[in-house]
Amino acid sequence: MANLKNVTKKTKAQAMGLHSEVLTGRTQQKFFNPDEAENFYYFGTYDVDFNKRTDLDVKNMTAAEANKELDNLMSQGYGTIVIKNPQGKHSLGVGILNKLNLIFEGSLGYFGMGSSDGPIVRINGRVGWSCAENLMAGKVVIEKNAGSCFGAAIRGGDLICKGSVGARTGIDMKGGTIIIGGDAGAFTGFMMQRGRIIILGDVGINLGDSMYDGTIFVGGEIGSYGSDAVDSELTQSDQDWLRRKLRVAEIGENFDVSKMKKIVAGKKLWNYDNLEPAEKKGAI
Amino acid sequence: MCGIAGLIHRGKSSNVGHELQGMLQALKHRGEDSTGYALYGDTDGKNFIMRFKVGENVGEGSTSVAEDVSVYDERKKIVDSYLAEMGAKIIKEERILPYSLRYEIEYNKKDLLEFSQKIESIPGVEILSMGKSLEVIKDLGNAKMVCDRYNLDKLVGTHAIGHARMATESGVDIKSAHPFWGYPFSDVSVVHNGQLTNYWNNRRALENKGMRFMSECDSELIAVYLAEKMRDGASLEEGMKESLTGLDGVFTYFVATKDSLGMAKDTMAAKPLVLYESDDLVAMGSEEIAIRSILPQEIDTYDPFDGEVKVWQI
Repeated sequence: MANLKNVTKKTKAQAMGLHSEVLTGRTQQKFFNPDEAENFYYFGTYDVDFNKRTDLDVKNMTAAEANKELDNLMSQGYGTIVIKNPQGKHSLGVGILNKLNLIFEGSLGYFGMGSSDGPIVRINGRVGWSCAENLMAGKVVIEKNAGSCFGAAIRGGDLICKGSVGARTGIDMKGGTIIIGGDAGAFTGFMMQRGRIIILGDVGINLGDSMYDGTIFVGGEIGSYGSDAVDSELTQSDQDWLRRKLRVAEIGENFDVSKMKKIVAGKKLWNYDNLEPAEKKGAI
Repeated sequence: MCGIAGLIHRGKSSNVGHELQGMLQALKHRGEDSTGYALYGDTDGKNFIMRFKVGENVGEGSTSVAEDVSVYDERKKIVDSYLAEMGAKIIKEERILPYSLRYEIEYNKKDLLEFSQKIESIPGVEILSMGKSLEVIKDLGNAKMVCDRYNLDKLVGTHAIGHARMATESGVDIKSAHPFWGYPFSDVSVVHNGQLTNYWNNRRALENKGMRFMSECDSELIAVYLAEKMRDGASLEEGMKESLTGLDGVFTYFVATKDSLGMAKDTMAAKPLVLYESDDLVAMGSEEIAIRSILPQEIDTYDPFDGEVKVWQI
């Protein structure tokens, strides 16, 4: 880690190795602007009031129009927004980088809530492929089923599906927690690097294939283990954490966590253990 | 990328032409090089309906070579003479486009292999479908364009499957468009989303067994593969289950017969499928928005898991 005390503000980001080129006009430049490091706010975020509530009917809107209107409402300080009639549209609610209570009265298509950091979201329906991809922080709760690549590459936050999910859940995840109330498909935890996945039901073939690190807890049957995935001892500390997590997630109230299987990576890869952007940000 | 959609009404008929058009149009962003419909209409079941082409659409985006319409006329004449030769009586004849025709035929033999081989021995002629309920309509353009061109909007039937194609491994033409007829079985059709990596090995083996391929589109293999299994006595569902290991690659496909609709998903679950199932309707598509086009109200849907095969009856 660079010695940040001995560098000027102008060069601090470069000294950390975040980037060396000049990214004129791009949001990344503002994201890593040392002046903003003082308050940890992203460019384009809003201070919202959770008690200020409104509805947004997106039935006759495109995804882009709906997201723009959502942004407009946040800019007006609305902190609780109910989206009506999402009707399986793709890419709704993406890129929300501030605190927000967001409720979807219906189902989402692909990439719903992708690249978000902070919102508390409840989806009273189903979600398509790649829900909450790249989630940094916050909580997303899905009341019904989810498609494949659920929580792909998330880095933080809690992602909860009360129904069943498709294949490759938690693929490439780098942090956070994914909780599944039902069953999960093939290649769950594929190439996961950090974080935890909890599956109360059964899981398909090749569980944890090529996982680098992280932990998977399974309550039901396992189709087969993937390469590099092995069983590990379920400790008392694990059980306490599982009970607490399930309680907070309002799922599996009477589930016997002591019978769950714990799966971890069977070998350690070197030189992947670098700091994540969120950790770098925290270190500033 | 491609998008597929299908629906089956159980216990009743509906305006499946219009419904499938809506579903496929919702998926047009997955590809609009060509669109195809396999519609299972309400018929009296007496006569065969033969959809066939005597040439290609050489419009915008087509990879086909233009031919004079007189060539189409000549091919049609030969088809008519061959039909008479084989004892097939044309009850009704519609020339929808210069290159696309629909015949209602009275033909009493059950084996369609000899019949199909004879008709397709004419260069440039391809039977798109042959059946007592099935009609395969496929052409270049998106779902709305094809529906309007062939007046499919009012077609009533029990079930249907369709395909919105983004051409990747073969030409932009009708012969490479889906659905594929399960030649030479009447009323069998297939649509596919994905890529098959053992296409040539399977094709060579199947051709050695006397099966026919009309295109170089890998998806055609599924129709031929299932047809060969059924020829050897397997049920449709058995053939589909065997395809999970017999076909290599990534795929989600639908297959339909006169009274059933089935889906199969490869063991890696690499291609999407969303499914809605109720007592009187099953609707499925590559994306939920396809289902939403006919069921806008809040419904419960799910993704079938890897290696799943399902078949529904009307």
